[in-house]
Formats: sequence, structure tokens, C-alpha cells
Amino acid sequence: MSTSTVTPQTRGSRFTAAAANYLDERTSISGAVKELGRKIFPDHWSFMLGEVALYSFVVILLSGTFLTFFFDPSMTEVYYDGEYMPLSGIHMSVAYHSSLDLSFEVRGGLLMRQVHHWAALLFVASIGLHMLRVFFTGAFRKPREINWVIGFVLFVLAMAEGFTGYSLPDDLLSGNGLRIIDGMLKGLPVVGVWISYFLFGGEFPGVEVIPRLYVLHIMLLPAILIVTLALHMVLLIVNKHTQFAGPGRTNENVVGVPILPHFAAKAGGFFFLVFGVIMLIATFFTINPIWNYGPYDPSPVSAGTQPDWYIGFADGALRLAPPNWDVHVFGYTLPFGILVPMIALVGLLVVVAIYPFLEAWITGDKREHHIADRPRNAPTRTAIGAAGVTFYAVMWAAASSDIMATHFMLTMEGVIHTLQALLFVGPVIAYIVTKRICLGLQKKDREIALHGFESGRIVRMPGGAYIEVHEQLDEYERWRLVSYTDYAPLMIRPNAKGRITATQRARAALSRWFFEDRIVPPTKGEIEHAKEHGHH
Amino acid sequence: MSQHDDEATGSAVEAHTPREVSIGTAVANSDAVENPGLPPHRERVTDLDPRKDRQMSRRVVALFLFSILASIFAIVAYFVWPIDVSVEGFGTIRNNNMAIGIGLAFALLAIGTGVVLWGKNLMSGEEFVEQRHGTRGTDEVRAKVVKIFDDANKESGFGRRKLIRNTLFGAIAAWPLPAIFLFRDLAPAAEPHELLRHTMWDAGIRLVRDPDGTPIRAADVTIGSAFHVIPENLEEADHVLDAKAKAVVLLMRLNPAELNEREDRKDWSYDGIVAYSKICTHVGCPVALYEQHTHHLLCPCHQSQFDVANHAAVIFGPAARPLPQLPIEVDAEGYLVAKSDFTEPVGPSFWERER
Repeated sequence: MSTSTVTPQTRGSRFTAAAANYLDERTSISGAVKELGRKIFPDHWSFMLGEVALYSFVVILLSGTFLTFFFDPSMTEVYYDGEYMPLSGIHMSVAYHSSLDLSFEVRGGLLMRQVHHWAALLFVASIGLHMLRVFFTGAFRKPREINWVIGFVLFVLAMAEGFTGYSLPDDLLSGNGLRIIDGMLKGLPVVGVWISYFLFGGEFPGVEVIPRLYVLHIMLLPAILIVTLALHMVLLIVNKHTQFAGPGRTNENVVGVPILPHFAAKAGGFFFLVFGVIMLIATFFTINPIWNYGPYDPSPVSAGTQPDWYIGFADGALRLAPPNWDVHVFGYTLPFGILVPMIALVGLLVVVAIYPFLEAWITGDKREHHIADRPRNAPTRTAIGAAGVTFYAVMWAAASSDIMATHFMLTMEGVIHTLQALLFVGPVIAYIVTKRICLGLQKKDREIALHGFESGRIVRMPGGAYIEVHEQLDEYERWRLVSYTDYAPLMIRPNAKGRITATQRARAALSRWFFEDRIVPPTKGEIEHAKEHGHH
Repeated sequence: MSQHDDEATGSAVEAHTPREVSIGTAVANSDAVENPGLPPHRERVTDLDPRKDRQMSRRVVALFLFSILASIFAIVAYFVWPIDVSVEGFGTIRNNNMAIGIGLAFALLAIGTGVVLWGKNLMSGEEFVEQRHGTRGTDEVRAKVVKIFDDANKESGFGRRKLIRNTLFGAIAAWPLPAIFLFRDLAPAAEPHELLRHTMWDAGIRLVRDPDGTPIRAADVTIGSAFHVIPENLEEADHVLDAKAKAVVLLMRLNPAELNEREDRKDWSYDGIVAYSKICTHVGCPVALYEQHTHHLLCPCHQSQFDVANHAAVIFGPAARPLPQLPIEVDAEGYLVAKSDFTEPVGPSFWERER
């Protein structure tokens, strides 16, 4: 555009102008740059969590590509003839052999394997934290419900990628992990045995499963993941980012820094920091030392082994089932000991996926929401989140029940029974405590907004009395405390036909549950009144 | 309220203007505190003091130069610390891992730190305000879209020619069905259920030690000991691991007085020696841990516990059934042999198990 009006002075800028002109005349990319180049991104430390997930995924793609050049997923049986003496002559699959070779005979191979594994652990962790941030700040509300569901799909895909990748080296631990999956699949009613049979290409373990998981791990799942991730990003741009309440920030604007140059610099630099930290961890800390475990064999197993952290909640759920829980119906077997934990896991995930729609239905609020809630200002939602986190955490802790028992000199039975009780009681306690804390914090905020904060300055009055001087907040600080959406419980009203429907009743009951206990934000009038009252 | 808001979001083009979006049960307070607007911009130290600005830019340059050095170090490390296990031992792997890793990590961290410092301290720190526009398209655009679909419908007869449309839906729905059949050969033709009911054990097959394959004389099994056992013909199986995954057995000798045997299984043991499937009835891990003085077997995966003295009944943990027992006896030479295969499927429960 500017090439005709401004004559570039230096050779460098003449070249840039010519290149930009060439590109734009063939792609009309100038339109995209105009739209996106100065797009504003708001700033808050918690917005980094999603970035960590994105960048660790890039690290996974880079390190994973390196690994594919050396890894061979075949389950053909060979005798080990590599450098690692303790396994010399041992019968193993080509997959395990090539995992050992790329660790022990490729320069930087072990480093890349560790980068890949650590980045994968960080990937799932950062997705989880990012989801918690979005949940607790209500950033899933309209218009972002669909992007929440897309993000949820990414979370599930990340776990699937993690599990398929974990299984590939065909070592003793990963083989036992597959054996557990096989047992869970076989427990499914009607189709269980068939699903396991098709997955393993015959009986467990067979000679097919590693190549099949490999195709899923390096092609199908990453392709779906990348497309889903692209959708997530597109909707992020369409919806624009949420921002926290602050002076000058409204539901109708975005306050922050433009993509070019400031946000690009911070985000681009942050990518290198994330990559660097992963590299540093992979340099100094061993992860998954498969050479210690030996090749898969259905007979041995080692005590005290742990799955990767994100599978812990599933493994723990299995441990919490009571004994002897097979149920027989018309001569068929329903292994409740496996099915009930699976239902609990799937149920938890389904609730996570549909929560935005549930809350939208309860509030009936159809407006767009671009201001992120402070968790305390939505006490019931925050309490539900805390209950969910507790439920997950108890299952997750159960995956280490044996380690807890041995380290703290407890009985295995005692640990499991405690966790079984906590699975039901824990979320209730977490709900109540969190809700009370939120309401308490809201009260404190209201108090500070109305009467200011304690300055620590004690003054002796002429009459001899001592008072502590309260100082008022300035209007900017006060705005952060008072600007939140307040909801009242739904009043049941008859509809046009004069009837009260069951749906209305249900909605009103849920609305009461959500909004019965509430702290109303202080109004202008109240603040004025408190000021006058304060100058006595 | 609720009747109204269903309309408000449902229709493509609004009948009534201006459009009202339901606030649901949110409370609109006319006396709410007003937004005070953006606070005054605060200059950074690098904006105010040119010396600090120069200092920061030097620091950023130093970081980028350091990154280049670190990258070069990683290349040098590749050659200086090669992997040479046969001559120099396993330390060379660690050295190679550390040296390359340190080079790469610091190269990355220095770029990251430098760019972030540049962004935060030297680039304009000004905050900008951008207006949001509702996510929905304007009514004008939406009216056009509705017209496009109307025209397309008229021109194609999609809504009018119902038979054409519905047969097309049928054809498209039927088209992927062959794919389901194509996946049948993911597994062999044989039915899986029969395979689950049989193992390599049979009458007269010797119990041998896992993994060395030496047979076990009953006299060698002392009270309190436990053996990890496989069938002697395991290596003859088409797929050794598949066969082993069903056939592994734990052999233990208890004081016959402590052994509480079921009436119909009295002849399944030999003088206090009992053999049980090692595959957990929960999800199939090997039940590998035997506690001699309690006669309990423990599965290390999910902590199911089985009482060997009491026909391997589940006494704790998520397992649903006792471990299947392998009937054993002693052959003419005094070696332990199986009397038959297991009489029930080993391993996890499945739908058709009792059929």
C-alpha cells in the first residue's frame, strides 16, 4: 500500500517493501495482517497456562519427530545384542530393542526421549490448570461454551496421546498398563471381549497392538489434535480474550497490548522459556528408565509402580472398588468392580464437558460475558469446582495407595478405606468450606469497599480514646472489588397458559441452590452513606 | 422471562427492534458504582532514564550472544562427549545427555529471557483499548444469509423434492457401512470366547519353573515356599507370550492342617501343595507377591488380596472372584503335573464368562 506513496530509503526496506508487495498481490495477506496485527491481548499471569500447553505441544511435535526416525514399532521377537550388558541375550520385541538403542546408542537420543516424555507430562498438566483457570473465572460463559467443549476434547486427546505413547516402548511397565486396559475392555457388557480382540489383533498381548498404537500415536491422534487446536485458536480470536475486571475495562472493550510487537515478543519469548525449562529438566532428571524394567512378560511385575500422573485418577478409581462385585444377569456377567469406576470416570468427564450449558440454563443469562469472574464472586460455582477437584484428587491419590501405606507405615486396607470414605465425604466438605470462604472473602471485599482498610495508624482522641484510622480506597482499587455480576434466585412465575412447569420448578430449585447465599455488591449510595457516616 | 428469551436467541432475524438479550436472573442495579475509566499511564524506569534504557539493551544483546555460544557449545559437546559404552562405560551416556542438554537449554533460555526483557522494558509499554463487537453477525448479514439458503432451496428443490433428498440421505448413511465389515479382519476369524476358556495346561503336563523351565519335584517344595510356574511345553506355543499370559501359575506349599479345601477339590492338591492361576481376576495383572505367614497373595497393581489357605478367596481389593485353581498331582518320577486344564476361564471377568 505504502510503496507508492513513500519511497523506501535503505536497501533493506526497499527489499521488504518489494517482498511484501509480491506476497500481497498473490495472497491478499495484507487484510489478515490489518485485522490481526494490532489485535489487543489483555494481560494476566493466569492467561499463560494455556500458552504453556500450546508451547509444550510444539516441543512434543519436534522431539517426537526426532524419535520416529529411530524407533521401530515392530513386535517381532529378537534377542538383545546392544550395548546394555544387563539385558544381553534377553528375548524382547524390536520396539523395546529400538527404544533401548535410541537411548544408548544415538547421541542426544536419550535427551530427546526425555524431552518428549517431560513435555508430554507438562502438556497434560498445563491443559488441566488452564481448564481450572477457565472454570473458576467463568471464562466458559457465552460466547465461549463451544470453545470450552473443544478444549475439553483437547484434554481427552492429550491423555489418549499420553497413554498410546507410554505403551510404545513395550517394556514391563507399559505392557502391564496395556494388560489393565485389556482387562477393563473385557469388562464392558456385550462387546467387551470383541473390542479387546480387535484391538490386540487376537489374544492379549499378540503381535499387533504396538504398531497399531503407533499409527494412532504419531498420525491419527496428532492430526485430530492439531485440527482441534486450530479450531480452539480460531475461536479464541473470534471471541477475543476475556479480561479481569479493572478500571477502564468493560464488557465491551479489551485493554492490553497489541500482538505486534509487544504480545508477540512476550509470547514468542515465553515459548523459548518453556522449551528451555523442559530441556533443563530433561537434561538433569531421568524419566521412564525403561532399561530398568526389562521387556514385557506377562508373568513378572514390580511392586510400587506408578502410571504417568494423568492416568493416576483412572488407576486409582479401579483400586477403590469393593471386593467380589460381579453381578450376574440372565447368566451374563457384569463386573461392577470395573464398570462402576469407569462410569464414575466418564461421569466426571461428562459433567466437566456440559457444565457451561448447565450454568447458562440456571442463570438464564443470554448476554455475552467478557469479564472474568474472581472465583470468590461466584461462590457456588467455585465450590462445585473445589468439590470436583477433590473427587479427582481422591481417585488420583488412590493410585498411590500402596506407596502411601509403605512410606507412612500404614495398612494398605486403612489407606483404601479412608480414601473410599473421602471419595464421598471429601467433595461435600470441600464444597461447604469453599463456599463459606468465598462468601467470607466477598464480605471482606464489601467491607473494604465501604469503609476502607485499616491503615495501622492509631490516633488518640482528645477525650483519651484510641481509634485506628481507616483509609479509603481510591476509585480504581475500589472498582476491582465492586464490579461483579450479581444474580438473584429465580422466582417461579406461571407461564402464558397460567401453568408452572416441572422444568421451571427444577430450574428454580437449582437457581436457589446457586444464588440463595449471596453478597450484593455495594452501590454508589451505600458508599456515599458510609463515607458520611465515617466522618463523625 | 424464560418464554421471552427462548425467542431472543432462536430466530435468525429479529422481528422486534431493538433486540433485547435476556439478562436472566442477573440483577441490574441502577445505583451501581460507575467504572472510573483507565488509570493514568505509569512510565517505566527505562522510559524515564536513558541510562537504564541503554543498560537494558546491552543486557538483551548479551543474552542473545550467550545463546549463540550455548548453541555452539551443544554442537561441540556432541563430539567432545560421544557415547562409547563398550570402552568408557555408561557414564558416557550421562555425559552426552548432560552436555548437549545444557547447551540446548541455555541457548533456549537465553533467547526467551532476552526477548521477554526486550518486550517488557524496551518496547512501548502503552496499553491500548479495542472495542468488542458482539459475536453474532449483523441483522443485515444474517438476512442475506437466510436469503442465500432460501434461494438455494428454491433452485435445488431440496425441500420440495423430498424423495430425492431422503434417498440421498439414505445412500450417504449406507455408504460407510462396508467400512465396519472391512475392520473385521483386525482380529483372526476364530471366536474369542473359546480362546479365553482354554490354556496350555492339560493332564500330565509338567509344572516347570519360570523362566528356566526346570521341572519341580514335589519333595523340593518345602512348606512356606512359592514357585512361579509355567507349563513345560510353553515354548511350543504359536505365540509364547499369548500362551504365557493365560498359563502362568503360582505354586505354594502350606501346612495341610492350615489348608481349608473345598470338598470337591480335595484331590486337586498334593500334600498341601496347591497351584493357582497367577492372573488377577480383577484386570489381569500378575498376582506376584506371596506373604508366607498369612498365606495371602497380593496383586501389586490394584492391591487385591487372595487367601491361599481358603481356596484363594478375595479378602480385600477390587477383584471379583477367587483365583482359578489348577488341579495337580505327581507323576511316576515324583514331578508335579497338571491333572487337567483350569476348569474356568482365568483372568478378568467378561460378559459371556458364565455361559
